[in-house]
Amino acid sequence: MSKLGLWGLKKSPWVYHLAAAPCNNCDIEILELLTPRYDVERFGVVLVGSPRHADALLVTGVINRKSLPRVLEVYEQAAKPCLVICIGSCTCNTHIFRNSYNVVGPYDKHLPVHAYIPGCPPKPEAMILGVVKALSKL
Amino acid sequence: MAGRRIVPIGPYHPLQEEPEFFKLVVEGEKVVDIEIHIGYNHRGHEFISPELTYDQVPFLVERICGICSNSHPMAAVMAVEDICNLEIPERAKYLRTIVHELERIHSHLLWVGLAGHFIGYNTVWMWAWKYREHVLEVFEMLVGNRNHYAMNKPGGVRHDLRPEMVKPIRDAMDLVEKKVWMLTKAVLDDPVILSRLEGVGILTRAQALAYSTTGPTSRGSGVPWDVRRDEPHAAYGLVDWNVICFPEGDVLAKTKVRMLEMIESVKIIRQCLDRIPEGPIEARIEEVPPGEGCGRTEAPRGEVFHYMRSDGTNRPLRHKVRAPSYMNIASNKVACVGGTIADAALTLAAVDPCYCCTERMAAFEDGRLKYTWNELLKLSWQKTERVRARMGR
Amino acid sequence: MREAESKLRERFPEADYHRHNENRLYIRVPRERLTDACRFLHQERGMRLCICTGIDTREGFEVLYHFSDDDSGGLYTLKVVVPKDDPQVDSQAGWFPSTDWIEREMHELLGIDFPGHPDMQPLLTSDTDWNPDWKPLRRDYERRAEKHGR
Ligand code: SF4
Repeated sequence: MSKLGLWGLKKSPWVYHLAAAPCNNCDIEILELLTPRYDVERFGVVLVGSPRHADALLVTGVINRKSLPRVLEVYEQAAKPCLVICIGSCTCNTHIFRNSYNVVGPYDKHLPVHAYIPGCPPKPEAMILGVVKALSKL
Repeated sequence: MAGRRIVPIGPYHPLQEEPEFFKLVVEGEKVVDIEIHIGYNHRGHEFISPELTYDQVPFLVERICGICSNSHPMAAVMAVEDICNLEIPERAKYLRTIVHELERIHSHLLWVGLAGHFIGYNTVWMWAWKYREHVLEVFEMLVGNRNHYAMNKPGGVRHDLRPEMVKPIRDAMDLVEKKVWMLTKAVLDDPVILSRLEGVGILTRAQALAYSTTGPTSRGSGVPWDVRRDEPHAAYGLVDWNVICFPEGDVLAKTKVRMLEMIESVKIIRQCLDRIPEGPIEARIEEVPPGEGCGRTEAPRGEVFHYMRSDGTNRPLRHKVRAPSYMNIASNKVACVGGTIADAALTLAAVDPCYCCTERMAAFEDGRLKYTWNELLKLSWQKTERVRARMGR
Repeated sequence: MREAESKLRERFPEADYHRHNENRLYIRVPRERLTDACRFLHQERGMRLCICTGIDTREGFEVLYHFSDDDSGGLYTLKVVVPKDDPQVDSQAGWFPSTDWIEREMHELLGIDFPGHPDMQPLLTSDTDWNPDWKPLRRDYERRAEKHGR
């Protein structure tokens, strides 16, 4: 990766929130990050409305058969380089839904994943820590 | 027909926590038809559940939806208790009620915030979510997690209320009550917000009945049904509270129902804390006899219904889950039609849809997107601006 | 609750009644009488449909219609049993919109037919990656994940 690209990725990461088939809690906790208690915008983290603007994808939930093509398409659209950060046990290992007929496996089977943040749901603090760690790895 | 176009609303967007996919058929500004696609969140709970024991099932159904993560386990364990014809201890009843009402407060606050966001009042969003945090703190103290409470088990509850917890809960309730009144007044006194909500997305009483809607969606349409009152479970028959119901059927009525319900919830929690007796928190279930049972409870969005069939083993033979949004979202078909596109975002959100419960809607319409949800939100915001300019505010 | 039960017994003497407890009544009706019974409960008694449940049992497919009488707090469950080689239940969706989705769902997950349904498309399963012959809620469905190439 070029030095410039890296520098651009590290400062003020713009994140896009991608929910495949979650139970909603991870998603709420991500939104929670924006609200006054945690307010990640002070670190320059902005939730953007289009994957094309995103530096990092925050993914939640297991992938099921119907959402898999959509998830892949969102990843296609995201500008590379793009971090994929798995939030919640669902994304890391499909969690309690492992045996279901409609679940097609954890994220790392389908996308390159850069960070795992397990927990059900992870606490907002853990999410911030995870994103920071993923960025400092670069 | 000339001028008829299809507007897919849909894909992943940042602020409604879940993706959803509706196809609106519009003529000019008017919505004439709507198609609803779900299935993007189908994870097969009913398939996994028969593999788990009765003690494990609550953990599974908790993960149906993160917002109603007390309602689903509660209904599931009530179904088991119904099979056994078991009465749970008094203290467990009160504890269930407390957690259930706390959940209602946090869910309604969440909705109020998102509704504020949809009409372009982000301050409402930030405030509502800020005060929601206090409820989550209570949860963390009471059950050890901010969400997914793991409170219910067949026969009772898992976590006891320790005496030193009472005061923080009371403090949080005082704060929440004050702030809910403040929000209610701020929202209902603002003529711009009022004109955006009033008369929008009307669901008549007859339609509410035909679509079997539940919860605030039907109570905003003049159908005064509330499972907590109609089939008193937990401690709802033992405390004093009111069913909130407004006849108008528009988004304003649904907002008012939710606002006032939070006040009722605070009332219920206070009474529970006053009256909670000492005693055991669970009854032992030796075995679950063959048979069938139904459990239902009033989640923040409406009635949660669980049906369980037992064959005498320690796993359910069949477990059917019905979340309230399953019925409520279908009613969008009639509520949206006839309105304008700018109101559609708000109307669709007014049932407080929970796709995780219903399964899931979302899609990328192979590059043919005309409006994304964001643009739809922008339309909604522009309308608010127009109204504001017209009113000279 | 008791009054509604006696009305039901009058109207549907051929049905099989089982009272589980004060608030739960299970009524097994013959397949032909299902529509009448649903109409009676919803239109004449003003009850709300909670949901339908489809179950695969040894006897055949059971379809349960759970009706809630919100004024008295009772729950009435209509039960029809259809044989496995002829899984057909009349559709109610034409006159009762709340059964629309659930009939589609039972059709795709359990393979019960609802003749007369206006729009019998799959509701939940994937449009690209799903074999319409898979009926996951049937007892003979192969539960092991490897069978489905995952
Ligand atoms: S990890 Fe837990 S909280 Fe997150 S989506 Fe999965 S079940 Fe929900």
